[in-house]
Amino acid sequence: MKKQVSRRQFLKGGLAAAAAATLPLGLVEVSWGKNNPKNFTFAYISDSHLTHIKGTEFVRNFDKGLKKAVMECNFMSPKPDFVVFGGDLAQLGKKEEIDHGLEIMSRLRHKVKWVVGEHDFYLDMGEYWQKKVSPLYYSFDHKGVHFVVLNSILTYDEWVNRWSSPMERMLNMARLDNPNGSPFMVKEEQIQWLKKDLKAISKDTPIVVMSHSPLYKIFKPWNFWTEDAEEVQSVLAPFQKVTVLHGHVHQILYNQIGNISFQAMMSTAWPWPYPVSYKQKPNQVPKLTVFMNRADPFKERDATGWSILNLEDGRVTNHYKLWENKDRILKYDKEKGHLVDMEYQDPSKRIPPQTHY
Amino acid sequence: MRTILALMVLLGVSWCGFAGADEFTKEDLKKWESEFMSVVKKGEALFHSSSLGKNKVSCDMCHPNASNTHPETYPKFQKQLGKVVGLRDMINWCIQNPLEGETLKADDPKMIALEAYITYERRGVPLAPGKH
Ligand SMILES: [Fe+2]
Ligand SMILES: [Fe+2]
Repeated sequence: MKKQVSRRQFLKGGLAAAAAATLPLGLVEVSWGKNNPKNFTFAYISDSHLTHIKGTEFVRNFDKGLKKAVMECNFMSPKPDFVVFGGDLAQLGKKEEIDHGLEIMSRLRHKVKWVVGEHDFYLDMGEYWQKKVSPLYYSFDHKGVHFVVLNSILTYDEWVNRWSSPMERMLNMARLDNPNGSPFMVKEEQIQWLKKDLKAISKDTPIVVMSHSPLYKIFKPWNFWTEDAEEVQSVLAPFQKVTVLHGHVHQILYNQIGNISFQAMMSTAWPWPYPVSYKQKPNQVPKLTVFMNRADPFKERDATGWSILNLEDGRVTNHYKLWENKDRILKYDKEKGHLVDMEYQDPSKRIPPQTHY
Repeated sequence: MRTILALMVLLGVSWCGFAGADEFTKEDLKKWESEFMSVVKKGEALFHSSSLGKNKVSCDMCHPNASNTHPETYPKFQKQLGKVVGLRDMINWCIQNPLEGETLKADDPKMIALEAYITYERRGVPLAPGKH
């Protein structure tokens, strides 16, 4: 009964908010295919970082981000086939935080596929997550597309075991710029599983891999990085249409390596700077990416958001729903063989807020 | 006369007895550098701790390695405040808003430490006052 009330209150608040700020979803409706049954739509919410303060208190700002994404997903028309949560539901992997996240996510009217993030994992090494939320890695088929969820935030056993308490380990993994950090890995066991999982899949079947960390190397000091990314890429290389969707970087980021298109999802909590704006260490930020606008800190939802993903002809078109900015659309360009931003890809079209320094 | 002479002798002694303003040794440099770095370290610790605020949020959550803080551009016109402000005003704004904490005085050693860390992480970047 208690849950009923909170759900109704939530919807009431949601409707009021929706009336105040019209949802520009019409744009997407036009493009998602009704003629081709293999074209479909799903939504992606990521990196909510719900942070427990004490008792029943959580950081208000981060709660608001996730609630807003959930509310907007519920207003999608036509409905998405499912919603993916991209990891980092919690900030310090606490039961309170994961439970709080599940409570907010339970208001979604759609099925959820879960990806685990390092902030959900390193307190108890994924125990509570597996019990209450989801397996850590799995695959499923949907309308002719093979989806694979990987746990890409594993690391060296030596690092895992070096700490005096689980919370010390969690805090050290949670600090992005930690000089005592450790790189993310998929690890051999999962790579073997992936090989087996893909064995029976024909090479022209579209593959969508969902991981928390990017399955390529951008900037090791902040773990925008997966140590054994090349091994995973080589398993995916024989397939004709491969998309990797990831969270963790809290920014618009995309790349193309061979046949694999990579796309990052926004965080609902806060944006992260591009590694190009840290001047003491070199980075490998993909040249292909047109950066998001620099965030205005006075607008707490700026440079955060979520994504509507449209599966068209086996490729993922990404409609970034940005709350204080114009939406951005990423689409695979067949001629060019990589993703392009529908508005800003041409360097002459870019605007001053996209300059990060 | 005697007094003046005596004074001169005294001053002369003092000139010989102490190093002048432009005379310092490698040891001095090392010491000053380590004094500075100890304040940078304090700033780094504050920047990464939730002690400045009241909601467990810390500066590094949005600014890893103090990036995207642009210390070289201050003072500058901060459009959201409608006036020219210094870096410390923005540090205090962040403490008050995302961190829900209380502002620091300009000469608070914590403020100096935060400025030292933020600026140190930006070393080598040319000054660009006023740049947005
Ligand atoms: Fe995250
Ligand atoms: Fe993460």
